This record gives sequence, C-alpha cells and structure tokens, in this order.
Amino acid sequence: MQETCKTLKAADLEKLEEICARRGADQGAVIPILQDIQEVFGYLSEDAVNFAADRLEMPRSHFYGVATFYAQFHLRPRGRNVVTACTGTTCHVKGSENLISILGRELGIPEGQDTSPDMNYTLEKINCVGACSIAPVIIINNGVHSKMNADKITKEVIKLKGADDGKQRGKD
Amino acid sequence: MENNGEKIEIKVCMGTGGIAAGGQEVLDAFKGLLGQAGIAARLDKNCASHKVGCRGFCSRDVLVDVIIDERRTTYQYIKPDMVARIVEEHIIGGSPVSEWEVQEDYHTFHDRQVKVVLSDCGEIDPEDIDAYIDGGGYGSARKALTTMTPEEIIEIVKKSGIRGRGGAGFPTGVKWEVARKQPPKTSQDKNLKYIICNADEGDPGAFMDRAVIEGNPHAVLEGMLVAAYAVGAEEGYIYIRAEYGLAIERLKIAIRQARERNLLGKNVLGTGLDFDVKVKAGAGAFVCGEETALIASIEGQRGMPRAKPPFPVVSGLWGRPTVINNVETLANIPYIIRRGADWFASLGTERSKGTKVFALTGKVRNTGLIEVPMGISMRDIIFSIGGGIEGGKKFKAVQTGGPSGGCIPEHLIDAKVCYENLVRLGAIVGSGSMIVLDEDDCMVHVAKYFLNFTQTESCGKCVPCRVGTKRLYEILDRITRGEGRESDLALLEKLSKDVKSASLCGLGQTAPNPVLSTLQYFRHEYEAHIFEKKCPAKACKALITYRIREEFCKGCGACMRVCPAGAISGRKKTPHTLNTAICIKCGSCFDICRFKAVTKE
Ligand SMILES: Cc1cc2nc3c(=O)[nH]c(=O)nc-3n(C[C@H](O)[C@H](O)[C@H](O)COP(=O)(O)O)c2cc1C
Ligand code: SF4
Ligand code: SF4
Ligand code: FES
Repeated sequence: MQETCKTLKAADLEKLEEICARRGADQGAVIPILQDIQEVFGYLSEDAVNFAADRLEMPRSHFYGVATFYAQFHLRPRGRNVVTACTGTTCHVKGSENLISILGRELGIPEGQDTSPDMNYTLEKINCVGACSIAPVIIINNGVHSKMNADKITKEVIKLKGADDGKQRGKD
Repeated sequence: MENNGEKIEIKVCMGTGGIAAGGQEVLDAFKGLLGQAGIAARLDKNCASHKVGCRGFCSRDVLVDVIIDERRTTYQYIKPDMVARIVEEHIIGGSPVSEWEVQEDYHTFHDRQVKVVLSDCGEIDPEDIDAYIDGGGYGSARKALTTMTPEEIIEIVKKSGIRGRGGAGFPTGVKWEVARKQPPKTSQDKNLKYIICNADEGDPGAFMDRAVIEGNPHAVLEGMLVAAYAVGAEEGYIYIRAEYGLAIERLKIAIRQARERNLLGKNVLGTGLDFDVKVKAGAGAFVCGEETALIASIEGQRGMPRAKPPFPVVSGLWGRPTVINNVETLANIPYIIRRGADWFASLGTERSKGTKVFALTGKVRNTGLIEVPMGISMRDIIFSIGGGIEGGKKFKAVQTGGPSGGCIPEHLIDAKVCYENLVRLGAIVGSGSMIVLDEDDCMVHVAKYFLNFTQTESCGKCVPCRVGTKRLYEILDRITRGEGRESDLALLEKLSKDVKSASLCGLGQTAPNPVLSTLQYFRHEYEAHIFEKKCPAKACKALITYRIREEFCKGCGACMRVCPAGAISGRKKTPHTLNTAICIKCGSCFDICRFKAVTKE
C-alpha cells in the first residue's frame, strides 16, 4: 500500500479514500468504485486501481480483470473533449460509419487509436445511445446531436474546435 | 374572452429525444412567458406547464401539448422562439397556431396503437410521484399488499398470460411461483430472495426500456414491489446501462420519492413488508443482459454467463433465489393488477398475450416508440403506423430482435407479430427493436454488422462462440469485399449450426441467426457478391465505383468542396473529373450533387 501512496498526490488520495469509504468493502463494490474513480479522474490510473484493491484487501489482478472486461473502463487518459459516435444498428444503417471517418479525420485522430496526440480529442464508439428514432446520433461532450449528416457534423466539429481554442486561450 | 377558471395544461416532451431537440429550452420559454407580465394571474387560470416523458414520436420533437379544458392541441417541431406565438395566439387569444399542429400522420401513427405500458408515458411528469399517484399509481401495490395473498397475485399474473418481455418470453407468473416456493436452505436461514429488474437493454437499436423508465419510472418500481411481495423478497436491484444517464437520474428521484411515501423501505404501507431498491449501473458489456452474467456483474465479477441449471430462481444473486424480469414485464404488472387478468388476456393472441412495445426505426417515415397488441401484422406496423418507407424507396425487410434475431422479407409482411410466429419465420420478437431496411441496404452487410457486434461482445468463455463468431464475421467480410468463395455459403451454414448448438449462453446460441435468416431470404444477394462481384444494393464499398457523368455535370464545384480525399478536380462551370484511384468512396459527392451527375455503380 505504501508504494502506491507515494506516487499519488495527497488531494487524490483523499478523493480515493472518500470513494472507497462511500462504496463499502464488499465484493459488489468493485465496479461502483471503478466507476467513481473514472468519474473523478477521467480514467483508471494504475496507482488509483492499486490503491482501491489494496484498500479492499482484494487481489489487484481481480480489479484489473474487471476493469479490462467492461468496455466502459479506460486504462489510459482521454482527451479533454470526448466525442461519442453511436454505432448501433439504426445509426449504422443511417450512415454512422461515414460520420465516424469524418470525425476521425477532422479531429486528427490517428488510425487505430482513439485520442489525438495533443490529448485534445477522444473519439469513442458506443453501441446505441437509445435515441434511435433520431439517428444517426453523435454526442459531443454530453450534448446529444441528432439526425446528423456529413455537412452537420463538419459544422459541429468547427464549433467544437473554436470553443476549445477559446478555452485554451482563456487558461493562459 | 371569458375566463371562468378554465384549466390549462402544457406538456413538453422531454425524453432523451425531446431533450436533444431542445425540450428544456422550450419548457423554460413557456414557464418564462407565462410567468412574465402575470399572464397566468391575469387570465386567472389554473395553468400548469411541465415535462413529460417520451410519447413515442421522437422524430417530431419537440412535441408540445396545449390542453385547454380537455381540448388538446399537439404541436410538432417546436423551437423556443416559437413559444411566444403559441402563448400569444393560442393560450391568450384562444385560437391554435394551426400551421404548427401535428398533421394527419401523427394520428395514423397513434390510431393502431394500444397503450398499456406506455399509457402514462408522455402524459405525466416522471419526476413527480403525485402525478403517477393521481392517475391511480401505486393503487395496485396497495391493493396487492393489503388485500391479496402472494399466491393470489401469482395466480393473477399466471392467468393474465404475460410472458417475459426481455427476449425469451418465459411466463412471468411461473417464474415468480418457482421463486416463491424455494425453501430455506437451513433451519436458521432467513430465506433472503431478490428481485432484479433487467434494464441493460443491450440490443443496439432498442430503446423501449429507456423510454419506459424515463417516462414512468414509478410503474417499474410498483411492479417490483408487487413482485417482491409475491415472491417474498426484501431487496431489489435495477441493473441499468451506464449510458442511460437520464433514466438513471429519474430512477433515483423516483426511488427517493417512493421512500418518502413509505412505498419502499421498512414496513411498506404499514404491512410489515420490508423492500428497498438499489440502482446498479452496468459497465458496457452486452453479455451482461444475460441473467447469470448480470448477476456476476452485480457481484463485482467479470460478467460471464454460467451454465444453467441452476436457474437464478433457485440460485441467483449471492446464491439466493432471484427473480429477474425485464423493465417492460415489470411495468405491465400494475396495470394487470388494476384491470385484471381477463382484461390483459383479452389483448393479443392465443399464446402471446397483451401488448408489446417496439422501437420502430430505420428507413421508415414515422420512427419512434410504439405499443401494439400482439398479433398485429407487420404490414400494419410498417405501413400504417410507420407511414411506409422514407423517401419513396422500396421496402426490403424488417430486422427484429437485433443480434439474436433475423429479418422478415417483403413477401412475408402480412405475418402476425407474436412470439411463435416470428420464431417460425427465423426472426424473434426479442426485446423489441424493429429496424426497417430499404432497397439501399445490403443484407450481407447487415449480417456482417451483427456478427461484428457479437464477436466483439462475446465474453470469450466458450470457444464455439468466441472463435465461431469471429470466423463467421471474417467470411462475411470477405464476401462484402468481393473476395467470397464458392464454398462460403455452405461454410456459413455449417459454422452457424455449430455455434448455435455448442455455445453456453443465449448470446452464442443466437449469434448466427442474422446470417441464417439473411441466407434464407436473400441468398441471391450473397450469390451476387460471390459470383458476380456485385452488391445489388450498392452498399458495399469495395464493389462500387463513383463516377461523374460529364454530360450532367454543371461544374458547380459542390462535390469538390465536400470531397475529403481531394479526388475531384475541375474548373468552375466545366465538367469535373473524379479520380477513382484516390477516391475513398465516402459517397459525399453522390449525396451533394444536385444534378445527379455523380453515379454509383
Ligand atoms: C446475450 C443476452 C442479452 C440479453 N439482454 C437482455 C436485456 O438487455 N434486457 C432484458 O430484459 N433481457 C435480456 N436478456 C434476457 C435475460 O437473460 C432474461 O431472460 C430476461 O431479463 C428475463 O426477464 P423477462 O422474463 O421479464 O423477459 C438477454 C439474454 C441474452 C442471452
Ligand atoms: S456463448 Fe459466448 S457470450 Fe455466452 S458464455 Fe459462451 S463465449 Fe460467453
Ligand atoms: S465518394 Fe467521397 S472520396 Fe470519392 S470522390 Fe466522392 S466525395 Fe470524394
Ligand atoms: S442505434 Fe444509434 S441511438 Fe440507437
């Protein structure tokens, strides 16, 4: 336990402690704890997962086994903006494949990966958002965009990039 | 105009579809304008505006009902800036804005439907328990818990004939009865039992359960409460997809409100029954919709199915007897208790009772959520309710049951929709997705899509499923690329049979269905890909070529601007040329050309 604590910042440790305390220590808490960690930190870092496993006195391998089984969990950091494309059946027959290739290109995401090298954008795929009657659906940072087409998605990307540049400048 | 206390109600659709279309902004606009300048006060009216869940016709969102003294006007495609005129002319002036009202097709969409589970969806505010109670909600639970024995309830549920809506169609009353009869394991055993509501809804093209929860979460809770009493359970779980943020939020609100009213928690309604419900968010694995995998997931394990028996009703969550029911199954229960087994059994067919909610989507004009009596014909669903095919295209098939299902081709369109019938035709009722396909959809490609899905989602526990779905996918993939072999069709059939018979759980056992079904009805499409290297629907990229017909090209440059590959060149007002060597076949130029100069062959 000591070794992981060293690499984690005090503030992060506190958050992890809080999550573990809230979720309890039984077997059924494993997934909720991983979900909370991801919610707070954006992804599952090795240190955070190890900390939780040690804290619950369960083998670390069990936590990794669970984390790698479920598609929801990310073991690597993600971009600051997350664009999620629905690949459900309805969106698929309504042309989502094409939208995804446009998004990949416009957001600068290298072939076979999901995040742009500058960590600005992550492009994710998801099996049905449950809004199939307004397919195809793209989610940009939690906002649902319906009935998309090549033209609309290109405009949304331009908007997103503009907003993101603004945010970045605001920080400096 | 005289205003002698007339009643005005404004309902704004705010399911996921409604919110995406701007439902919150529309509701805010109404609230703002009605509050402003004291319109509500000046008119001295009993005026309320609130959100409601999905009323099915999401493609027309934002839908708004303005109800003045029971006279209902429904508006479609409402944007916030349209609200002022509705308030001005309709609410104050008394004459509806007719050009924004829904048209004939809104009514044909609803006419053939019979709403039971959805009867309150789109009518009541899902975040207000009183709205549900005022319409009779929780009356069934009260009646059941205070005046009926568990055995009597089970009898009613059995007699109603309701079968599970999660896919398998197992009789719900029988399931409850088996769970009820499980004896304590030892003399000290407290005989704990569980109720689990399956809201994993993994079929990619389905949103029935999401809409039910978003539109009327209390019906699900009430169904669980009745089930808990009938079975003797003290704890319930709702296992819901993590992606369903709004549904999770509304469930949590509903649970909190139900606890406040002593409809959940200790000593429910003073009857001595303890029952509480927890929400468990899934983590993105389709296989977790399978009941034993779902239980493993709640227990914090990798969500892998196990062999049955023992069935969950005997040994489920933490090894205890567990009833797992689908959202829609449970949401039917309050209505069955309220209106009786005979009423429910009078709907539907001999062996498929009641109604079924379907997500009607794809290439159909009116997409949305529909509830129809079992036994209705596919034609009625697609052509009456759905209004036929979008854009004047030709109907090809309807895919039901998602990755476990199959398709119904045009010549079988008069088939009646019920459990037995669809299975006989090689499709299934499944959880309720219905995806309409038209002449532009390639059936080999559709099969490939589903096999790609199942091979990704296979948990990997058994070899026939893990490897078999991958092989099936590879064969389909090469066929769509024009590299299919003569022997491939026989191979697909043999492999499909092997995977079906040797897999452990329903995922593997049904994964080949989309292949078998398309082979049965659309063998000629497979053959065209293999022998003529042609995709009859012109959907498979590897088998099509885009060209510009010089004689039609006006040189407007639209295609050149959209082409992501820089494959089109040409000077303004002179015919453009398309370099097929660098074209990535995205189809953008084909879609954008107004002069039909771009061809796809
Ligand atoms: C791969 C697979 C996925 C499933 N997904 C779901 C689902 O998303 N929702 C559901 O209610 N049932 C699903 N089922 C069926 C459940 O195992 C179970 O039969 C059902 O929840 C029982 O409820 P019911 O009797 O009310 O239908 C799935 C089954 C399999 C094999
Ligand atoms: S059939 Fe497939 S999904 Fe089901 S247990 Fe076997 S490998 Fe897993
Ligand atoms: S199909 Fe796409 S890539 Fe090919 S020429 Fe047309 S726009 Fe360009
Ligand atoms: S298929 Fe995309 S929302 Fe359902």
